[in-house]
Amino acid sequence: MSKIIIGRYIPGDSIIYKMDPRGKLLVAILFIFIIFLANNWLTYGIIALFAILAVAATKLKAKIFWDGVKPLIWLIFFTSALQLFFTTGGTIYWKWWIFTLSSFGIANAIFICIRFTLIILISTVMTVTTMPLEIADAMEWILKPLKLIRVPVDKIALVMSIALRFVPTLFDQTLKIMNAQRSRGADFNDGGLIKRSKAIAPLLVPLFISSLETAVDLSTAMEARGYRGSKGRSHYRVLRWSKVDLVNLFYLVSLTALLIIFRTH
Amino acid sequence: MSIKFENVSYIYSPNTPLEKKGLDQVSFTLKEKSFVAIVGHTGSGKSTLMQHFNALLKPSAGKIKIAGKEITPETGNKNLKDLRRHVSLVFQFPEAQLFETTVLNDIAFGPKNFGYSEDDAKVLALKWLKKVGLSEDIADRSPFDLSGGQMRRVAIAGVMAYQPDVLCLDEPDAGLDPRARKQMMDLFLDYKNSGHTVILVTHNMDDVVNYADDVLVMEKGKLIKHDIPANIFADEKWAHRHSLDEPSATAFAKQLSNYQFEKQPLTMDDLVKGILINLKR
Repeated sequence: MSKIIIGRYIPGDSIIYKMDPRGKLLVAILFIFIIFLANNWLTYGIIALFAILAVAATKLKAKIFWDGVKPLIWLIFFTSALQLFFTTGGTIYWKWWIFTLSSFGIANAIFICIRFTLIILISTVMTVTTMPLEIADAMEWILKPLKLIRVPVDKIALVMSIALRFVPTLFDQTLKIMNAQRSRGADFNDGGLIKRSKAIAPLLVPLFISSLETAVDLSTAMEARGYRGSKGRSHYRVLRWSKVDLVNLFYLVSLTALLIIFRTH
Repeated sequence: MSIKFENVSYIYSPNTPLEKKGLDQVSFTLKEKSFVAIVGHTGSGKSTLMQHFNALLKPSAGKIKIAGKEITPETGNKNLKDLRRHVSLVFQFPEAQLFETTVLNDIAFGPKNFGYSEDDAKVLALKWLKKVGLSEDIADRSPFDLSGGQMRRVAIAGVMAYQPDVLCLDEPDAGLDPRARKQMMDLFLDYKNSGHTVILVTHNMDDVVNYADDVLVMEKGKLIKHDIPANIFADEKWAHRHSLDEPSATAFAKQLSNYQFEKQPLTMDDLVKGILINLKR
């Protein structure tokens, strides 16, 4: 079962998949900032339209995006409810003890709800169309300026890539050890809290030991092949900007421009 | 009580893009108290098949009768302990399952889980520690201080200590030196002779001819042959086509082109006898 899909990457073939991961990551991060430029119905409408455009451009099923929003839906509702009952201003419709229901409150609640949902949608577009290793590479690129203040960016990136690479291995190993201990009569799903936490030792101890062994083996293998840290290393996957990335840039610039023009000053 | 598989199929990750057939309509009956070898290419479904013996995997379709129990696709996860007490598995590189503070505690883990008292479990553990050829001196040492070969023995002792009726082993001798290998295999033969069923997944055809009295040949999730070792290797072309190596005694006999063998020697004993006959001629 070493072919499990890690992260949330879903194989596909649309314009978004062809974009450079660095661009996608930057736009996804900047999107979170520029969403705060929106402050009226028109600007929220514009940014929602842009987000839906991005979702549609992935050519993936809507369900995938709904699955992204679903786990956070209560958080969204809770935050919106806080806005709804604790904002004062505008026309006040209802008041009881510390709770108020005002026109500002209603608008704010809806805005917060939209803001949350859009951020999740854009992050989902990014994570489902980009392989975890590509994201790691993109992060390395974005963190590069930190090299000036002597942050070991290459090493951090190597650690990230290795961690991602070994997720399936760890998963396989866990399954194998669980099966071995089950054969010896261990029970992982039965009994109360104490019994269950005791049952975890036969799983965790071998898992830690095999992880440490793998780590030692890996470092020996890397040194044997002449790995000497970060100086002047090239990449197997070279990231290149292409014309498709202009679409990405255009998307971001036009969205920002529209928001700045139409927001209430 | 025999072991019976009726049209057993297993599908990995059903209804996903990664869907894959692990077993395909496998049916066979194994005699009790026999030594069965399961052979086949990597990825032929040997390990998948093995995990069905104690319901670590449950069939997607079909029925398994083993140790007086029945496993069907509907079998739940509860109450499998009794089955696992009777049918136990030793995985490849079983030393990965060691976790206890001392060797003795680790071997006693299985027996304790299956209802032996603390004291009885320790007695059994000590008995099997010696049986797998280790000295009592290491009983109180940490299993992680041992050599690889010793760890393997401790892990195997940990499964044999509660004396399952059916012992399934997945390449238990991989990576051991020849002498340790022979000791291990002889231990399993003894275990069979004392009235248990031993099922061995292996790539080593010498082990098949020396120890097994029944062979299952797997290919692409299907059972393609079920016979005694002599018949499996009798049809040379068939064996070659299904990438089964010939036993080393058979290969040796072939090199002796001026000797005549009454029947193809499979084991070292056969070979020696055959050569003697030729020399006396």
